[in-house]
Amino acid sequence: MTAPRDKLLPRFKTIIDYDRCIGCGKCGESCSYGCIFFDKEQKKPFVKKQENCVACQRCVIFCPKEAIEIHNYPVSYPPHALWSPYHVRSIIEQARSGSVLISGTGNDRPYPVIFDYLVWDACQVTNPSIDALREPVETRTWLGRKPKHLSIKEVDGKFEIDDFPPNVMLSTPLIIGHMSLGSLSYNAITSMYKAVKEVGTLMGTGEGGLHKDHYIYKDRLIGEVASGRFGVSPEYLDIAALEIKIGQGAKPGHGGQLPGEKVTELISETRGIPVGTDALSPNPQHDIYSIEDLKTLIAALHEATEYRIPVGVKIAAVNNVAAIASGIVRADADFITIDGFRGGTGAAPRILRDNAGIPIELAIASVDQHLRDEKLRHKITLIAGGGIRSPSDMIKIIALGADIAMVGTAPLIALGCKVCQQCTTGKCSWGIATGNPELGKRIDIEWGARRVANMLRAWTAELEEVLGTMGIDAVESFVGNRDRLRYLGPNPHEAEILGVKHAGERITRGGE
Amino acid sequence: MGENRQIVINANENGCKLYHRELNRKIREAIQNGYKHIILKNIMGQRFIGAGIKDDVVIEIYGDAGLDLGVFFGGKQIIVHGCSEYLLGNTLNGGEIVVYGDSWDITGMGARDGKIFVMGNGGSRVGIHMKEYKDKKPVICYGGKVKQYCGEYMAGGIIVILGLDFREAIIDRKKPLDRDNIDPSKIKNYDDPIVQSDIGGGIHGGAIYVRGEVPKEYLGVYAVKEKATNADKRILKPIIKRFCELFNCPEDLIWQKEFTKIRPISSRPFGKHYSTVPI
Repeated sequence: MTAPRDKLLPRFKTIIDYDRCIGCGKCGESCSYGCIFFDKEQKKPFVKKQENCVACQRCVIFCPKEAIEIHNYPVSYPPHALWSPYHVRSIIEQARSGSVLISGTGNDRPYPVIFDYLVWDACQVTNPSIDALREPVETRTWLGRKPKHLSIKEVDGKFEIDDFPPNVMLSTPLIIGHMSLGSLSYNAITSMYKAVKEVGTLMGTGEGGLHKDHYIYKDRLIGEVASGRFGVSPEYLDIAALEIKIGQGAKPGHGGQLPGEKVTELISETRGIPVGTDALSPNPQHDIYSIEDLKTLIAALHEATEYRIPVGVKIAAVNNVAAIASGIVRADADFITIDGFRGGTGAAPRILRDNAGIPIELAIASVDQHLRDEKLRHKITLIAGGGIRSPSDMIKIIALGADIAMVGTAPLIALGCKVCQQCTTGKCSWGIATGNPELGKRIDIEWGARRVANMLRAWTAELEEVLGTMGIDAVESFVGNRDRLRYLGPNPHEAEILGVKHAGERITRGGE
Repeated sequence: MGENRQIVINANENGCKLYHRELNRKIREAIQNGYKHIILKNIMGQRFIGAGIKDDVVIEIYGDAGLDLGVFFGGKQIIVHGCSEYLLGNTLNGGEIVVYGDSWDITGMGARDGKIFVMGNGGSRVGIHMKEYKDKKPVICYGGKVKQYCGEYMAGGIIVILGLDFREAIIDRKKPLDRDNIDPSKIKNYDDPIVQSDIGGGIHGGAIYVRGEVPKEYLGVYAVKEKATNADKRILKPIIKRFCELFNCPEDLIWQKEFTKIRPISSRPFGKHYSTVPI
């Protein structure tokens, strides 16, 4: 029990309208955080622990009589622009626990979102637009290394492409990022695996290994090889693509940790560790201390998979991301995933989540330009993620230089997530970020798969619409097409880094 | 088509060293053709030998193997009549790897199962991040000494460091090293300590057994040491027996010295380090 003087004030106020309440008990059933308690004798719900409310909205949505409201807690913090509640509350908690603060989801600080400063072009008069409903707009994308040129040989009167590196075909330049079984529930993961298989795109397995039930989705999964090497079994290597995880946008330079209480029988089997042990992924990969070492691991994975599948590397967007990416291409990676500082997480030290790394928009633009300058860009597939919220963000990141956009939080929202940022607690009332099988059952796999597949299809349809209006008939010719973007924000230097003209800038002839 | 169908692959064709990709291709081809015992001659530091092989085969190597020998391996056995470089048995999935020589840093990183026996010495971070699950319990056994950070982040399995000096015991140095080329009467003990600093740093599962004393200041964070009990000796017995079988070492010699066990303080070393209270 927390003594009053140590207490953090609740963040929300849950109000139950007893005039409307019919005593069905749905709210008490819904609440997995221990806020609302349903008294079965009195047939009445009570707010038992207000401080436990996280505004996940489960009770509000499941109340058949709209009898519950959630408000910000009605207490004023003394106004101070510097000592905001964020800082005051952090100190209160750290003075109590002496611990590193952990949080889930992604960076929630009010940094400017550069996506919102970008607008795009459309066809008018001099170049005709395409009607995506009737004319083909190609969204297929290939993940893998591309050769400098094609060598074609004749075999028995037929022509064959000689020695083409392995490539995976995607129906859309949109994939779901790495999220592990353990950080998310079995049902949530299965829903998304099913959806990507149906749509014909890919999802990352995260560092949790692959459960044997999920082997049927292997041809649509990117297997992660991270510092803990969890679940890297022979069966695991037989997958659509492999990715070496160096960093994650939400916690660049940090490893991972699945706390012992989340290591249930299911997780223990998949990861190959005993039940109840912390699943620790060290910060560095201990066999990678240099680009040369990275090249070794990439080669080892290529060898072990007989050069059948693409092997990529995932890094967080940090200051020198462009030079690092160039090293990774030279280390023979087939694709690079760059995760921006708004990328999501199941759990990360809050201090890293909120402060480390750079925005994906700037990172992709600089990586794309750097690789072009070094004549390496054509070799690899560039995947960008970290704070992509909508099809328009996806379109902008592709125009800035990414081949493929990667989303994580968006499909979770499709599954019911309300972005309450409690992923780390494992109590997710929507059955998403939890290892508790009872909570996990709240997601029906068929329903979940349909929702996620719908989202992926809708985004792809919007991409087609937009490409049509720009007169572009294949998304591959839109990659890095920054001339179709314009900047409409407060900082022209940003536009310079992005390689994007300011809105309204005239095209001038040389020398004028 | 006997059980032990053998094939010899020469890794040095016409004075030209076979590239690892070609070498592994030949190994896989041999496996496909039903060979159970693949002998590699004239190996000169080729990397990734046996990468990802999960078939029931024995790979015998003459010469010194390069980086990542047996990476993701899950076959039956790899024997090296020579030394092996860094990352021996990286993410090992099963089987047995035997090295008649030294094998340096990061041996058995992230191993999930299988056994690694090395006659000689090791470098740093041996057995880092080994894990275990039920009957999958990886074992690393070094005959000689190892360096810093042995068993770092260890989540399961067993590491045994014996501190035996085989240097004088080699009968004919010109011949490839194997059991018959070791004179058991000339095996000596290295002086304690046979490990270096930060042993078991961040260990949260499994155990490290060191023959002889380990100074307290050598222990890594979250590692504690204690004298090996009879229960521990029962665990060690089959490992020691196999080691002695492989390297022609008298079992009595090994049991002459007591073992120190290094184990984790808890399976949740960082449990209290973090607070999840919503701010």
